[in-house]
Amino acid sequence: MPIFWLILIVLAIAVVGYILGRARAMRDAGGDIRKLHSLPSYYGANVALKAAVPAFLLMIVWLLVQPIYVTSAVSGLIPDGEGTSRAEHGLVMAEVRRTADGLKNAVAGGAMSETVARDPNADPDEVTQRLKDAGQIITSQITTPVLNAAQRYRDLNATGGLLMTAGVLILSVIGMLWGIRENRADFRARNVVERGVRALLIGAASIAILTTVGIVLSLVFNTIEFFRLYPAADFFFGLNWAPSFSGRGGSSELGVVPLLWGTFYISLVALLVAVPIGLFAAIYLSEYASPRMRAIAKPMLEVLAGIPTIVYGLFALLTVGPLLLSVFGKDGLGWMQAGTAVMTAGLVMGIMLIPFVSSLSDDIINAVPQAMRDGSYGLGATQSETIKQVVLPAALPGIVGAILLAASRAIGETMIVVLGAGAAARLSLNPFEAMTTVTAKIVSQLTGDADFASPEALVAFALGMTLFVLTLGLNVLALYIVRKYREQYE
Amino acid sequence: MNDMRPAERAVTTKDIKFECRNCDVYYGDTHAIKDVSVDVEDKTVTAFIGPSGCGKSTFLRCLNRMNDTIDIARVEGTYLLDGEDIYDKRVDPVQLRAKVGMVFQKPNPFPKSIYDNVAYGPRIHGLAKNKSQLDEIVEKSLRRAAIWEEVKDRLAAPGTGLSGGQQQRLCIARAVATEPEVLLMDEPCSALDPIATSQVEELIDELRENYSVVIVTHSMQQAARVSQKTAFFHLGSLVEFGQTGQIFTNPKDPRTESYITGRIG
Ligand SMILES: Nc1ncnc2c1ncn2[C@@H]1O[C@H](COP(=O)(O)OP(=O)(O)O)[C@@H](O)[C@H]1O
Ligand SMILES: [Mg+2]
Repeated sequence: MPIFWLILIVLAIAVVGYILGRARAMRDAGGDIRKLHSLPSYYGANVALKAAVPAFLLMIVWLLVQPIYVTSAVSGLIPDGEGTSRAEHGLVMAEVRRTADGLKNAVAGGAMSETVARDPNADPDEVTQRLKDAGQIITSQITTPVLNAAQRYRDLNATGGLLMTAGVLILSVIGMLWGIRENRADFRARNVVERGVRALLIGAASIAILTTVGIVLSLVFNTIEFFRLYPAADFFFGLNWAPSFSGRGGSSELGVVPLLWGTFYISLVALLVAVPIGLFAAIYLSEYASPRMRAIAKPMLEVLAGIPTIVYGLFALLTVGPLLLSVFGKDGLGWMQAGTAVMTAGLVMGIMLIPFVSSLSDDIINAVPQAMRDGSYGLGATQSETIKQVVLPAALPGIVGAILLAASRAIGETMIVVLGAGAAARLSLNPFEAMTTVTAKIVSQLTGDADFASPEALVAFALGMTLFVLTLGLNVLALYIVRKYREQYE
Repeated sequence: MNDMRPAERAVTTKDIKFECRNCDVYYGDTHAIKDVSVDVEDKTVTAFIGPSGCGKSTFLRCLNRMNDTIDIARVEGTYLLDGEDIYDKRVDPVQLRAKVGMVFQKPNPFPKSIYDNVAYGPRIHGLAKNKSQLDEIVEKSLRRAAIWEEVKDRLAAPGTGLSGGQQQRLCIARAVATEPEVLLMDEPCSALDPIATSQVEELIDELRENYSVVIVTHSMQQAARVSQKTAFFHLGSLVEFGQTGQIFTNPKDPRTESYITGRIG
């Protein structure tokens, strides 16, 4: 049974449980709400929670465990001759999975009978042909072991699905009955629901935290793996970035310095564009603009934030690059060789960050109490004096926070760099030269036929880790600054 | 008319600082001040009393054009400061506010050092030629606000770190530093404890020697203690205006009497 239907049925049981549980509590109280410990809806919610939550938990655990179990059970069926190394074994397993899917779809589509699909002695060539005719994706000729493994895979999955459906439904009904039994008039349903809600919220929070931990761990392990293959000193202090793609582990030079420099340089240009414009726009919007102007201009600025970065990338590639080239290129000042350059990417990234800076700063400036402004006006200060000497200093910690946040976005930005700055890792001071960043290189190291055991691919994780540490440091710095100024001014 | 005025002056012996005639203020459709006429004398403390929401703050804010910063506020009538219309087109509200200082209900020191708070006004108006002159102004203002002894050792500390009463006296020092001619105070003690209140009240009494002070207060005892003239507002109208002693002992209007005896509040 598809998962979707299972979820719907469990939800339906929960709804029925809600109604029954509520009714049961009312009956127990003789129809007098005042005799109940909690409001009737809490009794309903108690039953609904008990019907749904354990059942869903079981389902999630089952869905996570079953593929692992099935894979390990099936992989024993593949003789060693078929897949010797780990990578090849993985390929064969993928083939098995595809065949199993193919069989399932073919049976469902009527192109093959269930008996043929299950026949362990079926002719593999014929099965292959039938599957191909049915439009299923089979990459190569199916062999008997693969076919058998696929059949076993299908079997196990089907049984597993059946067992799961049964288990989940039974658990749900049991939960419902248990909840209904509990619902006497003096049962503290409200407290139970309250605890249930808290557990739910804690669950959500821990999922978020666990995911973060998981991501960091995967980064750390792969980074360690990389440093086993490639000396850390060469990575951190190498001034050259020249990965070799053909020769395995050949003489690649994987120095991070040029990439960090590119990242830093492009982000710097971006911030030089975004911070003044964004800040001035925020000051205008919050201090000078009439309410009507503000109502129009603020959403329009925020539209900028909704544009996908790939569109900014196109803008860099097709508009800003050629424009800059016509001024600074061969026909103009002669500083620029091609449209892709630090300047191109930096300018466009700066435009992307404007709404970021302006929107945050606007909120922060608005949060400065009117009493501050009144105090300044009351002393005979003009509007710009008030802004410069009272409002901005009061808002400064928040603004610095906004700028650092914008900086970490700039550091993490990829598409604009790929399209606007080029792919050459270079250590240069000329902002009209092509350079590249850490993120862009992570993409290029992992796209294509990457062999995930080679240092050329694993370096992506070391780069990711570097980036992570950088942005983390930036955020910690932002927090520190904000807190320090807070202490001083409030 | 012209012959009348010297005679009148001779009787009161005080100059009229503010002469307000037929003043009306609207917030959008709300008619907050209705046809109010008041004279504020020089070197006198004038108190505005009345139940909350009756327009005391609004009227006070007309006197230094702080209502200009509220978009929906509309001010009508004549407001003469030393005989000159402050709502005249040629008058710069910014300069007017340097002449007519203001202290607010809640102490609102800037997020700057104590020194910079007091030096703020003199700096933007260019009142000091050099650092030592500025130091002098700061010290003099802090002394006038009776807070010098408490803060002289920590002028570089943030003004926001002071206690509520100290903050309010700092705000008074800040207002005094620009050498205003009139000082407007909007419930300056409502956020203060009794000790700080009595300090500020003493201060107001001293300030009277140099300035004309207008104080809004919801405390009738305070009005009786610090003011020489009292104006009683009710629902946006000026009900009664006269010598403080007369208002409190012998009010002419029944509304004033019931407010003072606690029947309107
Ligand atoms: N900024 C404003 N916008 C709209 N109405 C206001 C504003 N300030 C005051 N009012 C209205 O004007 C009237 C007088 O207010 P206010 O002068 O603050 O009274 P008071 O200071 O005597 O308590 C009140 O009805 C109040 O609601
Ligand atoms: Mg008020």
